[in-house]
Amino acid sequence: MQILYFAWVREQIGMDGEDVTPPAGIDSVAQLIDWLTGRSAGHAAALADPARLRIAVDQRFATPHDLIADAREIAIFPPVTGG
Amino acid sequence: MTAPPALSIRVQTQDFDSGAELALLEAGSGAVASFTGIVRGDDGLVAMTLEHYPAMTEKALHEVAAEAFKRWPVHAATIIHRVGRLEPGARIVLVAVSSSHRHAALEACAFLIDWLKTRAPFWKLEEFSDGRRQWVEARNSDDEAARRWGAH
Repeated sequence: MQILYFAWVREQIGMDGEDVTPPAGIDSVAQLIDWLTGRSAGHAAALADPARLRIAVDQRFATPHDLIADAREIAIFPPVTGG
Repeated sequence: MTAPPALSIRVQTQDFDSGAELALLEAGSGAVASFTGIVRGDDGLVAMTLEHYPAMTEKALHEVAAEAFKRWPVHAATIIHRVGRLEPGARIVLVAVSSSHRHAALEACAFLIDWLKTRAPFWKLEEFSDGRRQWVEARNSDDEAARRWGAH
């Protein structure tokens, strides 16, 4: 699946996205974020506090409990600040 | 009996003409209300860069507008949001609504900007004259402003 990062999450991880294949057992948004923290020091720093993150699964806001089984694109970003 | 509201949503780097946009909404309407957001040059701010999530932005704005159309008898609405680097004085966003009467226009306009601020995937990076740069933190007051309209 495609993971996208925006704003300071993108800057701390050092890339705007990546293709990943989570192993079996990674079923929810929360589990995915926890698994992603192991990919680099930047991931670990950016994703350390899930309360500071917002998630969209296939361009819709999701909660940590939502399942990712059929997702094609998961975006991880800070709370939005437009307007 | 009535046609669905006309909706114009644009996400763009270039500036827009507020007066021309309002004039378009005025045609055939009893009331037009609008909100324009402008970059403030407070605290030595020299520029603000707006980032967004292109695949999601227009979808999110359409959902916010659809919710407004369920709640108020809107004739037409225009939402323009700029992205990229903007300097103090630059227009960032325009939300404008036409309706037959002022209450619907004013309330729908306030609703649209309140919900846009908490539901549309935009982020602001501020640059200051001393070289500092920082991502704007979401404010609790924005969440509260969005919540006062209730959940859908």
